[in-house]
Amino acid sequence: MNNLLRGWLNLPPQASTYAQDVDLLHYFVITSTMLGSVFVFLLAVYYVFRYRQRAPRATTPRVKTSAPLEFLIIGGLQTLFLGFWVVGASMYNHMQTPPSDAMPIYVTAKQWMWKFSYPDGRASMDVLTVPVNRPVKLIMTSRDVIHSFYVPAFRMKHDVVPGRYYTAWFQANTPGVYDVECAEYCGVSHSRMLGKVQVLTQDDYTHWLEGHPVPTAEGLIGATATSGGDLAKTGRAVAARRGCFNCHTIDGQPHIGPSWAGLYDSYVKVDGGRVVYADEAYLTRSMMDPQADVVLGYKPVMPTYRGILQEPEVAALVEFIRSIQTQPFPPSVTLPRVEPLGSGQPQEPKP
Amino acid sequence: MTTIDVGILPVPHEEAPRQESYLNIAYTVKSWALTTDHKRIGVMFLFATSFMLALGGAFALLLRIEHLTPGMTIMDAYTYNRMFTMHGIVMVWLFMIPSIPSAFGNFFVPIMIGAKDVAFPRLNLLSFYIYLVGALWVIVALWMGGVDTGWTFYTPYSAHSPSAVVPAVLGIFILGWSTIVTGINLIVTTHTMRAKGVGWFKMPLFVWTTYGVSIIQTLATPVLALSLCVVGLDHWFDWGLFDAARGGDPVLYQHLFWFYSHPAVYIMILPAMGVISEVVCTFSHKNIASYKAIVYSTLGIAFVGFTTWGHHMFVAGMSVFDADIFGITSMLVAIFSAIKVFTWTLTMRKGSIVLRTPLLYFFAFLFLFVFGGMTGVAVATQALDVHWTDTYFVVAHFHFIMVGGTLTAWLAALHYWFPKMTGRMYPERAGYVGATLVFAGFFMTFFPQFLLGNAGMPRRYYYYDPVFQPLHVVSTVGSWILGFAFIWTLGYLIVACFNGPRAGNNPWDSRSYEWYTTSPPPKHNFVEEPHFVLDPYDYTVPAEKMHA
Repeated sequence: MNNLLRGWLNLPPQASTYAQDVDLLHYFVITSTMLGSVFVFLLAVYYVFRYRQRAPRATTPRVKTSAPLEFLIIGGLQTLFLGFWVVGASMYNHMQTPPSDAMPIYVTAKQWMWKFSYPDGRASMDVLTVPVNRPVKLIMTSRDVIHSFYVPAFRMKHDVVPGRYYTAWFQANTPGVYDVECAEYCGVSHSRMLGKVQVLTQDDYTHWLEGHPVPTAEGLIGATATSGGDLAKTGRAVAARRGCFNCHTIDGQPHIGPSWAGLYDSYVKVDGGRVVYADEAYLTRSMMDPQADVVLGYKPVMPTYRGILQEPEVAALVEFIRSIQTQPFPPSVTLPRVEPLGSGQPQEPKP
Repeated sequence: MTTIDVGILPVPHEEAPRQESYLNIAYTVKSWALTTDHKRIGVMFLFATSFMLALGGAFALLLRIEHLTPGMTIMDAYTYNRMFTMHGIVMVWLFMIPSIPSAFGNFFVPIMIGAKDVAFPRLNLLSFYIYLVGALWVIVALWMGGVDTGWTFYTPYSAHSPSAVVPAVLGIFILGWSTIVTGINLIVTTHTMRAKGVGWFKMPLFVWTTYGVSIIQTLATPVLALSLCVVGLDHWFDWGLFDAARGGDPVLYQHLFWFYSHPAVYIMILPAMGVISEVVCTFSHKNIASYKAIVYSTLGIAFVGFTTWGHHMFVAGMSVFDADIFGITSMLVAIFSAIKVFTWTLTMRKGSIVLRTPLLYFFAFLFLFVFGGMTGVAVATQALDVHWTDTYFVVAHFHFIMVGGTLTAWLAALHYWFPKMTGRMYPERAGYVGATLVFAGFFMTFFPQFLLGNAGMPRRYYYYDPVFQPLHVVSTVGSWILGFAFIWTLGYLIVACFNGPRAGNNPWDSRSYEWYTTSPPPKHNFVEEPHFVLDPYDYTVPAEKMHA
């Protein structure tokens, strides 16, 4: 049934975990709305024949549609539409919220190509390699204009916007090669901004991780990624070069700014009493718009790095901060604690 | 009578004594160029917007020919990108938005409320010249090589696009003034110029829809003007207000743009709905099933339509919470259109239905608009929109609403009011042929595009995967049928303008107020002060009682 309807509707394969759910909703919405259209149309056609003019200039009785009938129609339709919304919105929320164990990959779009950077420091152009049955989180930004990362077989799409770092996620469920398309008009070669997602079995993926070209059976592309060194290591170099360590530590000590150690995947109390979850979005937002969420007890002194940090540098920094989530570096020097804003006694740093 | 009469209506053959009308009181160019008669201005708008329809249609036909093959057919990618942009700009701002309100609204709203003219006749003429100046700037942009940003002018691409962005946005900015001026004029006219006895709930429904549209136009157009101004400044002076590298926000532009452009969809469809309400009552010879349902749903669309813009941006980067809110408001606005559809259908029940060309267009409208509207509910379902947005599915969806809805209603209006505007009848059989061809051509052009979108073909693609070619070929052939249908319709209407049989004052046996006066109407619409005896949808008594 699923395959039959999918064929009729000309839909691509269902290669991600949520693709089939989306399609089931699709079948339901399309079937009910098309039946509704056909019903209205046939009713109108029936009326034309049933109530055709029998005498020229005939008069007609004044018919008042009964209020209960009107409310029945309106109520019934509204229930149906809100039903679409309940299912559609909850599914959408699921599709927009990456699971916490998702594997991050950094996507940089530019006219007219896709660059994928992996946590181990490798990068590839236009071919994204992922393992099957594991959630993958894409952290995406653009270097020039707005693009949109679209994988029809995954039923997944998200705009890629300069200056913003959006996350999108999917979990592929069938090994194979699928099309990546740019779905937001981006200039003369918009329709050539194509890529591939290569979904590998766990064995092939391990093989690929070790730096071997994957076996090219079953139409796989067999591309390798070029190594640029460990991405987290690059991130540490970027942090040093860009002066991040003047204020942030990587050993857990508070300084002018909060420490990066253990920051990722934690809950941070910020000014105004809100609690913010420190994910990639939070980290990138704090670089680009530092005053948006100032951690409680710190002065809002950080300048914006918008337009200063380049996109690959941001990816490397985020990856570096992620890497010290559980393994902070040992303290090298003991730093003086800067007096927190509006709080009482400064705390002695723990040895 | 057991079959439906498909012949032309019986009309008096003897030439009536020469009657003074708005058309024959003067023939000079000056008498047209400096007229303050709302009917002449309406006719000039009709000609100007029809010319723009032809221009935009020519672009569309060329674009479809280009898609006969996956690679290059007749134009390169540069030309293709400029052409789909110009197609969008011309169709949206130069045809769709002014088509019904500025042409038919101008012509019929004052007559339908028994007024001599609009409230501000000279402002009305100014609106027409502002339209011409705006159109001229768009033509200048075209002459400079066109714009390649898409009609949406998304930043930051539009800020750096190597094409004629500035004249195009300037043209649209100026066109906005024309829309606002006409909008204010129609609002004031409706409030202050109603003849004695025409209460708010006795107005013909077309007046209600132009009133609703005028409110949207007046409130939303300034936001468009503002955001396009900034795009122009970004492009020309490199201000960088939407440039992320300098602290600007490209997504903010999208919010501003859709804050106008989603209500603009209702600017395009609401007057069409007004026409349909008139046509269905007249040809069913029956009162509207629920006058209040139509009025309140018109106002509902006009106001709730302002809160749904975010559904264009479900994947553009907004919080899940915001997206859910926009999802639910989009479902609410859909219900108002559904109420109208059911009211029109139920109006035919127990009527005395005469199948004429305008009613055929009503059927085309009913099927295409409901089909398109239902796919609108589908794309408003957030999880589904993720797959469909920015694909051919959305292209097909909004063409079903814009062409299948507004354009068929425009054609219905053209045929329905043709006798009133010209005093002559169009040939009915030729009208049937035209309506059938429009429907068939349209369906063949756009239905395959739903399937293309489902398969994942993004819009604005110059090259496409060869597996999509068969569907593209079907679509292109459909566009030729649609193009032919328009040439056919234009042909017989021009002939009928000069040689059609005289129509008489009320050839459709309607009760709506524009049919009380002569065809074509005199300069001040009514020879004597009008006295509307009946409700505009009262078919319980013969037409003779109209003038009792």
